[in-house]
This record gives sequence, structure tokens and C-alpha cells, in this order.
Amino acid sequence: MLKISRVRKVFNEGTVNEKIALREINLNVTPGEFITVIGSNGAGKSTLMNIISGGLIPDTGSVIIDGKNVTKLGEHKRASFVGRVFQDPMAGTAPNMTIEENLAIAYARGKRRTLSFGVNNRKRELFREQLRQLDQGLENRLKTKVGFLSGGQRQALSLLMATFTEPKILLLDEHTAALDPKRAQLIVDLTQKVVEQYKLTTIMVTHNMEQALNMGNRLLMLHDGGIILDIPQEKKQTMKPQDLLRAFEQARGGESFSEDRYLLS
Amino acid sequence: MNLALHGAIEQGLLFAIMALGVYLTFRILNFPDLTVDGSFALGGALAARLIIEGTNPFLATLMAFVAGGVAGIFTGVLHTKGKINGLLAGILTMIALYSINLRIMGKANLPLLREDTLYTFVKDLGVPNLAVGGVVFFTGVALVFLIGILLLKAIIDWFLQTDLGLDIRATGDNSKMIRSFGANTDTTTIIGLGLSNALVAVSGAWVAQYQGFADVGMGIGMIVIGLASVIVGEVLFGSSSIFRATLAVILGSVVYRLVIALALDAGLNPSDMKLITALIVIIALTVPAVAKSVWKRQPFRATKGGRGDA
Repeated sequence: MLKISRVRKVFNEGTVNEKIALREINLNVTPGEFITVIGSNGAGKSTLMNIISGGLIPDTGSVIIDGKNVTKLGEHKRASFVGRVFQDPMAGTAPNMTIEENLAIAYARGKRRTLSFGVNNRKRELFREQLRQLDQGLENRLKTKVGFLSGGQRQALSLLMATFTEPKILLLDEHTAALDPKRAQLIVDLTQKVVEQYKLTTIMVTHNMEQALNMGNRLLMLHDGGIILDIPQEKKQTMKPQDLLRAFEQARGGESFSEDRYLLS
Repeated sequence: MNLALHGAIEQGLLFAIMALGVYLTFRILNFPDLTVDGSFALGGALAARLIIEGTNPFLATLMAFVAGGVAGIFTGVLHTKGKINGLLAGILTMIALYSINLRIMGKANLPLLREDTLYTFVKDLGVPNLAVGGVVFFTGVALVFLIGILLLKAIIDWFLQTDLGLDIRATGDNSKMIRSFGANTDTTTIIGLGLSNALVAVSGAWVAQYQGFADVGMGIGMIVIGLASVIVGEVLFGSSSIFRATLAVILGSVVYRLVIALALDAGLNPSDMKLITALIVIIALTVPAVAKSVWKRQPFRATKGGRGDA
């Protein structure tokens, strides 16, 4: 479904601020796989997500989604393949537009925009039905501006907008990190539900090791621009956060991880 | 109601076309577009020149629409493709248009005396004045203008509800989000700027025909007048939905002209009007903020007063 071959990305190349964000990464994701990605700050997680979404174009290497080479396609041209939820609950929705208008934008994902009404009764019925699944009572507030919703509600809406058109790939960028524990759990449950429902191929970045182990069916650990661990479902099921830390230490060749232990916990 | 106020209502309705254009960039796209000063005069200059050369005034106004659209698109391309700061891109187009407008007119001022214009057309329609008990509230001309501007408002309201319109609104609201849903924000910005300046140029074409001349300086300060209309409208009439916001812009434009007419009536010079305009915008921008903080402090004061130590 997604094939990343020898992708390299360097920022500020040739200057004192040179930073190798990704060094020759290879990744093959099969349909329906749900990958969780962990790694310390600066490991290249965000760069990897942006390379997949088209926010960044790799220096070398190729990105293939569903058999189509999208390496050089910009973000808006890839949008028909890729759904994305950001960490910031404010990032995924337009605050001064109503719930139904936001959903209409998501509904038009990757399609040619025309001069037909963005929201009509047929779509409204569909939106209501989708919103009902969120269990937030939003189905009765279609004409409410999104800016009036709580962070958790906005994130739930973002998740719905990213998924209900069934993109080839769903990117979740620490999408529960900015929420309080209760709302974060709600979004986690919702994520499990929609990924299951649409059998979405998903890549989720998280800082929470527990979450990384409990969710999904494959785990990647990034460090210093490379994939240092790739743990399949069978092994992942039996692991605990301590095991993960130990594996991390081993993969780094016994290097001290005191600082990273703090960042990962 | 005296004659000056009738004129103010008519002018307010014509300038409302420009104010709607400013609303599209300033509020919808969240883009401070200074092209307006140039494209307003461009509309007036082009329409006047074409009418003098015998073009049908409807066609001349349509040409102004197209020319204004091109000016807006130019600013949009400078900003999105040329990566020039939005304010500067607008200023560059504006200053370039000053020379272009002089070229179009051939001189600094083009009178439209005894020409057939849209204004003479509207007057010849002979729509009766709206009078109650012998007092004229709306002139027949103003009624025609009102119907026209409401029609335009309906079209803009509709456009902003279409898929393309939603994209343009989201571009001003959350450009990162709309890109992730497949809209090219460069394109939506350019379309928005084009439409806005097309409206502004039409407004300029109408005003030139209404006042009977085009002048190379007729656009100076137009962006501030547009902002004054948008902001006064929003403060007085609210902006909770698109329908309401566009209505508020039109009413804001009329209120602005009435305030100016009253200021002139009170003995101020026409040359003072730019100062008055700036003051109106400053008051409209600051009063809500000040009122809010005063309103917040009030309960505190009340308890203080209640204790008798105020």
C-alpha cells in the first residue's frame, strides 16, 4: 500500500546547521497494517510523516502509494490518498466555519471543486449519521461554528474528517498528546473503531509507549533519522514498556539512554 | 431628509460593491490587499475611456470587471508564486496601476458629460421615489441600486457556500487544514483576490459614471473606506453568518456615507474626509475593545462602591 525506498532528507545541507532528518529509510506497509511509531525528539518522526503526506519532498528516494509514484506530488495533490490528524486540535478544522461546512470540505477530499452547493440535504444526512458515531451530540449541532467546540470534540471531528472518505493511508501525528487523559482515551477508542471499521492502513506517531504497544499491529522505533527497530505483532503483543526501552538500548549499541528514557516515558 | 443624505445613500450603495470586495480579501481570505486603491481607479478609468469612445456602458462596466480581476490575479501571483509579502504585493500592483490608469485615460481627469452611462440609464428608468407623507426616504435611483446590490449579495452568498467557496473561506481560516484536504491554497488565494478586485473595479466604474468623471486619484484611500464599511457594518449589524456579514458590509457602507454627509453638513471641508475616515476606522476598531474591558470592570466597581470606599 505504501512503499518508501531509500528516502533521504537533509535540512540546511552544507551549512553549520545541517541536520540529517532521514537517512536512506526503507519502509513497506501492507494494506490494513496499523503501525505505531515511537522515537525521541529529533528522531525523524515528523519528517517521515511529512514525506508521506507530501508536506516535504525527499532529497532522494521514492514514495509509492497504492502503486502510484507520488514522490514529487505536493500535499494538496496527494490529499486524495492521505488522511491526516495533527497533534494540535485546532489544526485539523476551520474554526470560523460550521461543522457541516468542515465536513463538506472533507467530503470533497481530492475531488475537483465545482460551483455546486458544498452542503446539501443528502450530504447533511450522511454527515449526521457519521457524527452520531462520535457520541458527542454533534449530529444536532451541524450549524455550530467549530471554534465553539472543546479540544476533544474538535479532535474527534478532525478524526472523522480524516477517515470517513476512506483514504488509502491515515496519518496520526501524536493526535492525543494535547488532550487531557479522559479525552485522549476517548480519541484512542474512536481511532480503534474507525480504523477497524474502514480497514484503514494507518501510521500513528506517539510519545506514549503504552499506547504504542497496545494499539496497532506493528511497531517502529526511529532514532537519529533511521528505523532502528521494527517489531511485528506477535512480538509486540508480549512486550512491556521496559522491554521496549531495553530493546532500544540494545539497538543503539548500549549507548546511554537516560535522557531518552525521560523523553520516551 | 435633505438632498445630501439622498446622495449619501446612493453613493453608499455603489461603494458597497467595493466594500464587498474588501470583505472578500480582508475577512474571508484574511489577506490585507492594498491593490484596491489601484483597481478602483482602474475600473473608473477604463469604463470612462470606453464610454467616451462609444462603447455600451454595460459592456464598459463588464470590461472594468475583467480588468480588475486581472489586477487582483496579478497581486495573487506575486504573493503566492513570487513569495512576495501580501501587503507589499498589493502596494506594487497599486503603484503600477497608477501609471497604467494614466495611460488608459491619457490625462488625469476624464469628464463623462452628455455621455450615455449606467447612471443616465438608471435615471431614465423613472422609478418613483419612495416617499411617506411627502418625505422622500429613498430616491428611485437608490431603489434600483438597492435591488442591484442585494442581487450581488445573493450571488456572493451563494458562491461562498459552494465547494469552491468553502475552500476559499477555509484558506483564510486554516490554510494548513485545507491543503491536507486537497485544495491548492495558491489557487484559492488567486481566485479570491481576482474576484475581490473585479468587484472593486466595477464599483469604480459605477462611481465614475455616477459622478460624471473618472479621475486618476479617485482610488486614493479606497482601502480604508472599504475597511471602514466592513468594520462599521460588523460592529453595528454583526457577522455571525455569511448572510449577515455581507448584509452588514452593505449597510456599513451606507452608514459610512451618511456619517460623511453629516460631517460635511456640519461645516467640515471635503479635504478633511480622509481624516474623518481614518478616525471612523480607529473608533470602530477600538471602541468594542474598550467597551469590553469597561464592561468587565463594572462588577468590581459595583462591589467597591457598595462598600462605600469608592
